[in-house]
Amino acid sequence: MTTLPQSTEKKLGLVIDLDTCVGCQACVVSCKEWNTSNYGAPLSDVDAYGAEPQGTFLNRVHSFEAQPETGCSQTVHFPKSCLHCEDAPCVTVCPTGASYKREEDGIVLVNEADCMGCGLCAWACPYGARELDEIFGVMKKCTLCVDRIYNENIPEEDRVPSCVRTCPAGARHFGDLGDPESDVSKLVTAREGMDLMPELGTKPVNKYLPPRLKDQSSDAALAPQHTNAKGLFAWLDKALEKL
Amino acid sequence: MHPAPSVIAFTTLSGLGFGLLFWLGLGLPPVTGWVAFVFFALAYALAVGGLLASVAHLANPKNAIKAFSQWRSSWLSREGIAAIAALLLMAVFASGIIFFDVRLRVVGVLGALLCLTTVFTTSMIYTQLKTVPRWNMWTTPPVFLLHALAGGALLAGQTRLAAVLLTVLGVLMVWAWIAGDEKGRAGSTMESATGLGRIGKVRLLEPPHSGENYLLKEMAYQVGRKHAVKLRVIALGLGIILPAALMLLLSVTHFIGFIAVLSHLVGIAAGRWLFFAEAEHVQALYYGR
Repeated sequence: MTTLPQSTEKKLGLVIDLDTCVGCQACVVSCKEWNTSNYGAPLSDVDAYGAEPQGTFLNRVHSFEAQPETGCSQTVHFPKSCLHCEDAPCVTVCPTGASYKREEDGIVLVNEADCMGCGLCAWACPYGARELDEIFGVMKKCTLCVDRIYNENIPEEDRVPSCVRTCPAGARHFGDLGDPESDVSKLVTAREGMDLMPELGTKPVNKYLPPRLKDQSSDAALAPQHTNAKGLFAWLDKALEKL
Repeated sequence: MHPAPSVIAFTTLSGLGFGLLFWLGLGLPPVTGWVAFVFFALAYALAVGGLLASVAHLANPKNAIKAFSQWRSSWLSREGIAAIAALLLMAVFASGIIFFDVRLRVVGVLGALLCLTTVFTTSMIYTQLKTVPRWNMWTTPPVFLLHALAGGALLAGQTRLAAVLLTVLGVLMVWAWIAGDEKGRAGSTMESATGLGRIGKVRLLEPPHSGENYLLKEMAYQVGRKHAVKLRVIALGLGIILPAALMLLLSVTHFIGFIAVLSHLVGIAAGRWLFFAEAEHVQALYYGR
């Protein structure tokens, strides 16, 4: 059923620390590895060894540069996957009932046996969290590793999403964001965790911890080491520099 | 947004078909027998042809039948149901006129309303998307409805009515273009998308992947935008002004009518292509596009 539940018992989700993420892409790889061989259709690649490789991923790491009014710019690595929104627009637009949000834990999933591959849910998502698999023709998205977190066949320390388990920097945290006493909720309060594109009213469950402010301003940027000038002007440039 | 040919064919052809069915349901023109058969055959060919084209857009069409199940929440599901209901009811009305020379007025009017409902539900599929600010405007449903009504009136030979409807449509189209340009991404920026606005101005340093992917192909389409002005002129000139002017001639022959319909079809196809190509999705902000 593609109507959203009034409320969910838990709000399982991720907290991503933008101050700690080093952009190593390990979470991207481990996510692909786990999810291509477990829940639903594999995450296919097209032209994997050719000139234009592309494929389906549920988690991707962008790198941004934020430029303050004064001082040096700041590089921020930015992992992005489904935010398991409370008011998920991708769920209500689905015509077949394939997309749904679970009442017990708030995870947003696609039942691939019902998906007709129309792509409307991907259009409705502001975050680019859903990708239509080119070979299997069904919509793929982060399952919050629903086949790990409740899985009693694997050791207890592995019962977290694959990306969280693999992150070498400890930049990813998993827990119940509906419980104010949970570790992740405390972390969000302490670090002023934020929503992405709050203006769209999707109420994401996943939170992002913004980079901490620098304790000292970093305005000692390097001077340009060379210019584009050639010949006489290059000599003039050097000579004037020395004056 | 990627202007998929199947979706453009679907929205333009089925819009025209349902528009023609609307006027036929109201008894305009009051045809019977073989003439009625030709009119209804054309309307059904357009409406059903358009719907079949939309199935070509599906990556997994074997589950298409399930699209009728979620009418409580999904506009796409409502569209499917409205389309089937309209086509079935109009089939009853059409067979009355064609085979029995009986005009079931109530059935015709109800069928006509269902045809408009179908076009309205189509428009709501786009209007509901907050992620595409250019579609998420009050103008989208009336533009779709007027496309169907005006194109249907052209096909139904309602010359003066077609001229009036085309003029209103033209004004509204221009209004929607200007309002859409002003709206942009409706306040969403790379800063709000990343939450990094608290540090300063944000730019993409490195994309997450070197090649293309589904997201870029589907929601960061950029080819159409640079031709936007030319396409708007084509859409307005061929889609609206020429057919409207032809409809105001003293005598509109079948040949002139044919030219008007053809011109309108080319014009609105260009306009519909632009409707997709020009629409920017907020998701592309994560790619700095």
